[in-house]
Amino acid sequence: MSDSPKIAPATPLNPRRCGMIVGASEGIGAALARKMAKEGYTLALLSRQKDKLNALCAEINSAANETRALPYEHDVSNYDEVPDLLRKIVADLGGLDTFVFMAGVNYPPGGVDKYNFENDRKMVEINLIGGMAWLTPVAEMFQNAKAGQIVGIGSVAGDRGRIGNPGYNTSKAGLATYLEALRNRLTRRGVNVLTVKPGFVKTEMLKAAQGGTPFAIEPEKAADDIYNAMRKRRQLIYTASLWRWIMLIIQHIPSVVFRRMSF
Amino acid sequence: MQNTFTQLENFGHSLNAPAYLIQPKSAGEIYSAFKLAKKMGLTVTARGAGRSYNDAALNGGGIVLDLSAMDQILEWDQDTGRIRCEPGVTLEKLWQHVEPIGWWPPVVSGTMKTTLGGCLAANIHGKNNFKMGPIGEHVIEFTAVLPTGAEITCTPKKNADLFYAMIGGYGMLGIFTSITLQMKRIHSGLLTVDALPVHNLREQLSILLEGAPNNDYIVGWLDTMTGGKSLGRGQIHAARYLHEGEDKNPQETMKFKNQILPSRIFGVFPKGLLHYFMSPFANNLGWWGVNTAKYIASLSKHTFRQPHAAFHFLLDYVPNWELSYGRSGLIQYQSFLPKETAETAWTEILKLSLKNRLPSYLGVTKRHRPDKFLLTHAVDGFSLAMDFKVTETNRAKLRAMLQEFDQIVLANGGRFYFAKNSETTAETALAFYGEETVAKYKKLKKRCDPNGLLESDLYRRVFGD
Repeated sequence: MSDSPKIAPATPLNPRRCGMIVGASEGIGAALARKMAKEGYTLALLSRQKDKLNALCAEINSAANETRALPYEHDVSNYDEVPDLLRKIVADLGGLDTFVFMAGVNYPPGGVDKYNFENDRKMVEINLIGGMAWLTPVAEMFQNAKAGQIVGIGSVAGDRGRIGNPGYNTSKAGLATYLEALRNRLTRRGVNVLTVKPGFVKTEMLKAAQGGTPFAIEPEKAADDIYNAMRKRRQLIYTASLWRWIMLIIQHIPSVVFRRMSF
Repeated sequence: MQNTFTQLENFGHSLNAPAYLIQPKSAGEIYSAFKLAKKMGLTVTARGAGRSYNDAALNGGGIVLDLSAMDQILEWDQDTGRIRCEPGVTLEKLWQHVEPIGWWPPVVSGTMKTTLGGCLAANIHGKNNFKMGPIGEHVIEFTAVLPTGAEITCTPKKNADLFYAMIGGYGMLGIFTSITLQMKRIHSGLLTVDALPVHNLREQLSILLEGAPNNDYIVGWLDTMTGGKSLGRGQIHAARYLHEGEDKNPQETMKFKNQILPSRIFGVFPKGLLHYFMSPFANNLGWWGVNTAKYIASLSKHTFRQPHAAFHFLLDYVPNWELSYGRSGLIQYQSFLPKETAETAWTEILKLSLKNRLPSYLGVTKRHRPDKFLLTHAVDGFSLAMDFKVTETNRAKLRAMLQEFDQIVLANGGRFYFAKNSETTAETALAFYGEETVAKYKKLKKRCDPNGLLESDLYRRVFGD
């Protein structure tokens, strides 16, 4: 009774892994969608940007020569829509093995002495509450099925509160803490929760960054790192991996020093 | 309505799919589940004991109705042998209810764990298919609830089109709520069984063909791992009911304690653990050893008496045997071929599997006859069921080989059975059912289920548009 395009049936000899990516139309999300589809996943891809999403699905499906990606137009701040949409997607895919929350926005306040509540609010509403709106029913579902993997995209920006963009830091730190709590709840139920903390990645969002963008990587590289971490069912990765060591140092800079830095 | 999102598996542990599991206890609750499904935009599949080797009782992301709580025997007339049951009654519960007083279910599967609802949905056959037909031929009446909420009663005369389509219809037209069956009278708790050695495929088929008319049951074991001149070798078991008076003390042999399968081997070793010790042998070499030893042990012809339950329920002899096939489970490939072409087709199939080094570990042959059901799998001929172990690395190769098998079976006028084959495509199904049958089935489906609420993974695979 579904109106979605037909997916090849899963059989014991042609099993299907199903995944969904919230925030898939560009950047790391689109790169991860291409990667996962190439590795044999059937995907539900969600984004506000209908045209870009449709083009991405068409590209993936024609490369695979079968339906591997289904588009769903969705605005993450439309929280009430989530439970019904999730149910529809799981029915369309015939199951769900991997859930990726990728959606995120970055609206800097426009200077280290500027404040902008409206921007901060949007970032928290999308990056954090949007994530919680999805992760709540997904976690419950995986918990009951005693299987599944959740991937959430935090950021190196969530590891310390810095002078440049307090709202963004907060949204990503909040999401990382929420994911950690889910991990502690769900590991014992057979569900893996992976937190990804990207450094600089050459995407649209990078244009919002103020100052230098050292060690920036291509989104495809980030997608490969995420996919490998998913496969190994890891808990936390930085991409590029160098950021693990950089952030280890940054996290240990004493406040007395850190609050005097222009970083 | 209480529902739990649960990961469900098939019998072979080779496929799983999550679903919202609901356990209805009445026809009214089944209808409520339909209404809920419509509201939520989901589809519904019925599930009994989950003993299908494929996706018949799976509905990925949808609703699954677990009917195992509807397991009451509603009426039992021990003079006429008529019994009315809820669909969740298992064959185990049924035979244990009727056997001690001299009755036996007319058709049973190789495991007693199956439910009557599932047995009717798949229209199962037993080792007596050539004589008794499928289980559907022993159904006097059934009631069912349709997705529209209508409660219907079907007999071979009343609502006959639905009677012959819902039995063997894989639960896609409506859901059984009660089933009335005719049991068969027995005069002993034992069967007389002849064990006959078989040296090749031709002999296997000719003994099945010629032995059938003189016996009540006939079944062959086929050593699927040996080729050459001995291709198709094995052993045939032919069994007969005892006539009245043949058993001096039927009261004793029919006692429940003389039917049940022993739970321990040599009286000490618990069989529940046996599958752990079998798994190291679940590979080509191990099963070659098992098949060869079995063949050598079967070389002499002999006759013995065996309790009904022990003869029929071989699959229950080692509990959880299917777990010995490892993490990726097993699949079963069963083909039905007319008696004229069976030898050619199976010679080709067995040779192909040996050549590809993807041998089946267990082969079982039976004798069949056609029946009147719409989605029948029967032919005037034979069936060969083959078990294959699935591994992480053999999937693509095994799949390609089974597609070749499908072509061989189709070219020889064969059919398939959807409680077993998990890889059969819609194209293949259309080829052996024929367009007319499929169109007729879909027309009935539209009538019973106008909103398309009943769908299983099997339905989408085989009948999906």
